[in-house]
Amino acid sequence: MDYSFDFSVIWDNFGVLLAGAWLTLRLSLLAVAFGLVIGIVGSLFRTSGNRLLNGIALAYVEIIRNTPYLIQLFFIFFGLPALGLKLSAEQAAIVSLAINFGAYSTEIVRAGVESIPKGQVEAGLAIGFNKLDVFRHIVIPPALANIYSSLVGQVILAVLFTSVVSQIAAEDLTYAGNYLDARTFRSFEIYFTLAILYLAIVWIVKALAYVIESRFFEFAKYRQ
Amino acid sequence: MDEFTLSRIFINLVIATRWTIILSLIAFVGGGLVGALIALMRISSNKLLSRISWLYIEFFQGTPLLLQLFLAFFGFSVVTGINLSPLVAAAIALTAYTSAFLGDIWRGSIQAVPRGQWQAASAIGFGYFDQLKLIILPQAVRLAIAPTVGFLVQVIKGTSLASIIGFTELSRAASLINNVTLQSLLIFGLAGLIYFALCYPLSTWSQRLEKKLAYK
Repeated sequence: MDYSFDFSVIWDNFGVLLAGAWLTLRLSLLAVAFGLVIGIVGSLFRTSGNRLLNGIALAYVEIIRNTPYLIQLFFIFFGLPALGLKLSAEQAAIVSLAINFGAYSTEIVRAGVESIPKGQVEAGLAIGFNKLDVFRHIVIPPALANIYSSLVGQVILAVLFTSVVSQIAAEDLTYAGNYLDARTFRSFEIYFTLAILYLAIVWIVKALAYVIESRFFEFAKYRQ
Repeated sequence: MDEFTLSRIFINLVIATRWTIILSLIAFVGGGLVGALIALMRISSNKLLSRISWLYIEFFQGTPLLLQLFLAFFGFSVVTGINLSPLVAAAIALTAYTSAFLGDIWRGSIQAVPRGQWQAASAIGFGYFDQLKLIILPQAVRLAIAPTVGFLVQVIKGTSLASIIGFTELSRAASLINNVTLQSLLIFGLAGLIYFALCYPLSTWSQRLEKKLAYK
């Protein structure tokens, strides 16, 4: 093996990678934010007791969870224009990522809500809390604590999923890597650096999650 | 010029699906073997082995599968001068990816078996591997089955990314047909349907196993 590694391609094109990383970050944030809204609505549908609403939400969850994200992305980006819905690459990326994250978070949020014993809600009402207060002070904090780690895990998967949007030429971090690779053929250096950058993002998310957990969910450690 | 009728599109997609299934099986078997090793290293009392396997899991769980495929396909050939076929590169990357997740799942299952079981086995004179084989693993397997079957769904979906390095399985067949016919809604809808037909039974099976095998 007489290959000499040359990482200068990284330093020389740092701006390109930075611009890509910025879109990756934005896509991740928007996907998680919109996806969580979908997930909360979906979980309300799932626990509503209305068979139609439950059926719609369940079908949505099962379809998304049992098909690859790549196909979902292509369906939305290449398929929807036939129905008159033309999205830019970035719009299609955000919409598909949010729909994907929404399906997983629907099930996670539902599990959280169902993990709260009914007696706690009744007890809250009995001591004179109104429904909103019961929801805010009695249901949400322990429910969030219960699902927190699965939610963080899903956020990390969503960040990694964003790399696939490079395939519809949304100019994210992976797209920036493809772009540089096609011009310099320094494939190993480029993709290895990219992998490390994604890993760094994932570790930052984990560290933030840990800080948030110890700030807001410390109480969860003491109940049994 | 051949016409792409609905039935011909469907038949072509189904034929390509065989490669999705083959690649999934390779990744699952290869990933299972490497994953077992990773799980054993992870629970080992040897610090070095445990650290290496931790780093392995962090790397393959913390980087996009797409980049792992790029590294195996483009990165490997540039560095070594050996050109891997898309199938071999995809098999390597998916095996690494699968082994990291299965290794982590199985480590969790082994560590979920109460400490006292190890101590009891040791007290009646079993060596390390007998403790593991006769006492711990039979209990751990019960916990591991449902998430392992569930992860198979992730593997099948993951193989779709092999299309990006040029391996012709279901997703790439769909893209190729789409380039000719431009009936994107239909073609990616059909491809999604085939993936669903593969994954949904496994998902429900995994959920059923989870209920059945849970310790009460």
